[in-house]
Parts: sequence; C-alpha cells; structure tokens
Amino acid sequence: MSNNLIVEREKGLLELERRIAELRSANATQPVDMSSEIAALEQKYRQILQEVFGSLTPWEKVHMARHPNRPTSLDYISRFDRFDELHGDRQYRDDPSIVGGLALLHGRPVMAIGQQRGRDTKENLRRNFGMPAPEGYRKVRRLAHLASRLGLPIVTLVDTKGADPGISSEEHAQSEAIAACLHEFTKARVPIVATVIGEGGSGGALALAIADHVIMLEHSTYSVASPEGCAAILWSDATKAEEAAARLKLTAQDLQRFGIIDEIVPEPLGGAHRDGSGIVTRVLTEVDAAIARLTARSPEELLEDRYRKYRRLGAWQTTQGEVVGQST
Amino acid sequence: MPMPEWLRIRRSKDSDNREAALWSKCPKCGEVLYRRDLLANAYVCMRCGHHFRMGAYDRISTIIDGDFTEVGAEVLGGDPLGWVDKKTYGAKLSGDREKSGLAEAVVCGFGQIGGFDVGLGVMDFHFRGGTMGTVVGERIALLLEEARRRRVPCIIFTASGGARMEEGMLALVQMAKTSAAVTRFTDDGNVLFTVLTDPTTGGVAASFAFQGDVIVAESKAVIGFAGRRVIEQTIRQRLPDQFQTAEFLLEKGAIDMVVERRALKETLVRLLEYTVGTRVQR
Ligand SMILES: [Zn+2]
Repeated sequence: MSNNLIVEREKGLLELERRIAELRSANATQPVDMSSEIAALEQKYRQILQEVFGSLTPWEKVHMARHPNRPTSLDYISRFDRFDELHGDRQYRDDPSIVGGLALLHGRPVMAIGQQRGRDTKENLRRNFGMPAPEGYRKVRRLAHLASRLGLPIVTLVDTKGADPGISSEEHAQSEAIAACLHEFTKARVPIVATVIGEGGSGGALALAIADHVIMLEHSTYSVASPEGCAAILWSDATKAEEAAARLKLTAQDLQRFGIIDEIVPEPLGGAHRDGSGIVTRVLTEVDAAIARLTARSPEELLEDRYRKYRRLGAWQTTQGEVVGQST
Repeated sequence: MPMPEWLRIRRSKDSDNREAALWSKCPKCGEVLYRRDLLANAYVCMRCGHHFRMGAYDRISTIIDGDFTEVGAEVLGGDPLGWVDKKTYGAKLSGDREKSGLAEAVVCGFGQIGGFDVGLGVMDFHFRGGTMGTVVGERIALLLEEARRRRVPCIIFTASGGARMEEGMLALVQMAKTSAAVTRFTDDGNVLFTVLTDPTTGGVAASFAFQGDVIVAESKAVIGFAGRRVIEQTIRQRLPDQFQTAEFLLEKGAIDMVVERRALKETLVRLLEYTVGTRVQR
C-alpha cells in the first residue's frame, strides 16, 4: 500500500481504465457491438474522476504535490531546446539533489536550476529525496552568480520537502549555504522566474525562489514547514499533519491571495502527472513569457522592483491601528 | 554602570513579572543564584559560567553606552492567517506580551557602543521562542534601512527557534525581506556584525544571522539549521552533546569567533575600531 493518499485513490480508477481498455480491444476484434457499455463506463470514469479530484483539500494537495509520477525538474529541463549540466560546488562535492546548467529555452540562453527528487527508491537514495545538502545550495549560488555575470535569466524549479537535516549538512553549515543563496538571489542583475512544481518546503525551497515572477502549479504546495514538521513543532505530534496543512495556507490559491506568488498554472483533472507532457509545455510557455516581460526592465529596475516586492510582504499594524503593507 | 533612564522606565513597567522571582537556579550546575547578582554578572552563572538566556532590554543595557532610541516599535503583529489551535494566535501573542514584557521578539534601535554610533537589533527567545514573523522581519528591515541612511554599522543579536508557524508563508518570506535589506546595507559599504546567542536555528540562522560580515557566537550557544530532535529522528541515533554548539561551529569553520558574554562588549568595540573610519566624539 502506498503512503500517498492520491496513489491510493487512483487504484480504483486504474481498474476502470483497464476494463475500458479491455472492452475497447475486444470491441475491435469481436462481432458484438459493445460501444454503449464502453460509453457508460467512460461516463462513470469521468464522474468518479470529478468526484475524487474535482476539489482537493490542502492535505490532498500535499499528497498530490508528492505524487511519485508528478513531473520532476528533469522532466521540465529535458524539454528545453538544449541543456548542458554544470556540476559541483567547487569546494567539496556535487550534490545530485540539485540539477543545474546552461540551457536554451525557446531559443533564449538561460541558467536552469532545479531540485531533483527520485522516481524510485534507488534514484531517491542517490538524490537524497530531493533534499539538498549545503553543497547543493553552494552549487545553486555559484550558478546564480555566473548567470548574473553573463546576463542570463535564471529559471528555477522548486520541488523539495526541505533542506537536508543531517549531521554532515550541519557540519558543512547548512544555514550559511542557504543564507548565501538568499543573498545571491537578492542581488542577481538578471530576471529570475521560479516555479513551484511540487512541494515547496521551508527555507530549503525559498533558497531557489526569491524571484521577480513566481509561478505555482495548481496543486503544488509552498509552506513555512512541512505539515508534519509544523505539527511536530507546535503540537509535538506529527500525526496532526492534516490539521497543520489546513491551517498553514500552503495552497497556490491562498498564496496568490497573499501576494507571495504571481501566477497559477492549471493542472488537468486528477493532477499534473495525468498529462505530464502537456503541463511541461504550459509551464515552459509561461516561464518564457515572464522572462520576455522582465527582460524589458533594466538591471537597476529589476533590483528595485524585487526589493519593493519583498519589502512589502507581510501583514502588520502600527500601534495607531493603521494597517500597513497588507498585501492582498 | 548606572542604569539608563529608558531601562528604569521599562523595569518599573514589568517589575511585577520577571523581576518578581528573587532567585534563579542554574540549569547547568544547580546553584541557586540571587537574581540581582546574576543581573550584575550579565546573567552568567557565578559558579559554572553558564550563560542564561537574556532578555532583549537587559542585553541592550549591557551593550549600549547610555541612551537607546528604538525604531520600528510601532510595528505590531496582525494575524494574517486567522490561526487557531488550542488558542488563537492573538491570545498567544498577548500571553507572551504579559510574560515577557515585550511587544514582539526583537527590539531594534540606535545608540552608542564604546563611543561608536551603531544600529542594534536584539532578539529575545522569551517571546514566541524568538521566532521570526512579519514584525521581526519588518523591524530588522527598518533597522538596516535606517542604519544605511545614517551610514553606521549594524549589530544584530540573534536568538530564535526559526520561522513562526502561525504566520505561515508570510513568516518564511521574511527571510527574503531581511536578506534583501542586508544586501542593500552591506553592498553600500556598511558593515554588519551578527552575534549568535542561544539558540539560533532555522529561518533566522539561514538568513541574516549567517549574512554577517563578522559572525560572533556566545560561548556554548546552540546554533544550527535543523533542530536537534529532527536530526535525531532522521538518523535514528543520539547526537553528541557538543554537536551544534558555538565551539563546534568554530571548529567546522562556520563562524569567526566564540566569545564569553562578559567580554562581548569589549570585543564589539574592538571590531568597530577596525571598521569604522571616524570615531564619534563623546
Ligand atoms: Zn551554574
């Protein structure tokens, strides 16, 4: 049994899909016309799909964002016109949970950087489940710095539960590595477009997401901490993750309301993995459009706009009761 | 050292709560300490040298020469997510205000240290575990912007459990806001010193705490990205005691120096002497 809620729900649908396919092939070879049965089954299938996936709770979205078949960074990067991966932090090692390099997107040279989780256990072990170590963040910083020097727009793909919480990561100063990324992204003199394609978990996600334009997929999540982490921190009970997911306002729809993200790319009914190729095309089109808009700005204007955008975020009041900076 | 007027006023306001306890027991050696002696010793245990967690205003009084003018004090919290669990977020905030005598988890302002004009931010673990929400982010940004205008160095004392859960993503993006403010401040030729005190973890560690030009840590302070419990659960083994201490980070090359609290002011003045062109006339 999968620990993914969505995968579990899909099992019944997969069974229906199999039966429809069987009937279709039988219909083609046998004299009896079964098209009305097929149509009825297909009708039922669409109905179930709508019932199960028509509206998702935050907790269901968390599972959707973590779906094993959801397109990963490399699924997007492999659809650029060209990609030449650049490796390593120049200090200690290459972190496979970060994939980055020079790329052509719709003919335009860019720097592409993404967090990469695995599709199976073996790849997940190699890629540390998409949780970057300090070496990964140092690679991100290096590539962002290079992009800024060369005038290449930066395209990031965010997909991580969070930064790696291990002994070696602490020994190699995970905090410093993330802090240095944030610093680099606040000063890069090129357009930055970030897309949260799966799970955006805490500072480990933000390290790739200070951007002039932030996109989220419809069922992606982006959160101050994973729901499990939040429940553990606040209530010392990781099993209350579902409750935490509901309170954290981690959906794309909530975050657009707060002004934290700029655009939502819709997913097909049932999630991005039901039409991986289509969703990649859509996202890359939107990323390209955003870069085209942003390249019209001078580096100084970009930096000023970026500063104002982050300076404004957050709701607070003065003692006079006047609400300042409420971003709705 | 005479008590400055601003601190006398504050003390009289919250004399009922925190000052009420006459005695404090050292959590390290068990010694029972008279609270006034402890305060005079900068909250360092007279017997074993344990550094107690310090309140923001006590800290300011041990670091600043005399007057201290706050900035951003008018910025107070909202409840952007309408958070409710066992209590509402609003109730948690007012409870902590009662207990700590603070309006939020950081106090920022301007004063002099050894005759040098500086901007000073001091976080306080007694308020929501020093977590960073919109108010902390906003006050730190205001401090750095004003220090940039005045062209004076900035010193930030950190003490934080990380980002504040009850403000969700609006808390997380304060890491971006403060980083942007640090970048503008330091790129403009100004110097930022950070002093990491117990504990400095999570989103504060991973933003301005580790963006200092010189990073000082207080002796034995716990400093790290992930919490000890999280790491132990992940690796399923107990971590050695010195893991994530200031001394451990010094050995690993993550910070510049470890300083005992009573030598902190002197250290900061020495650092200012190297980096500030003109000494302010007293
Ligand atoms: Zn003691």
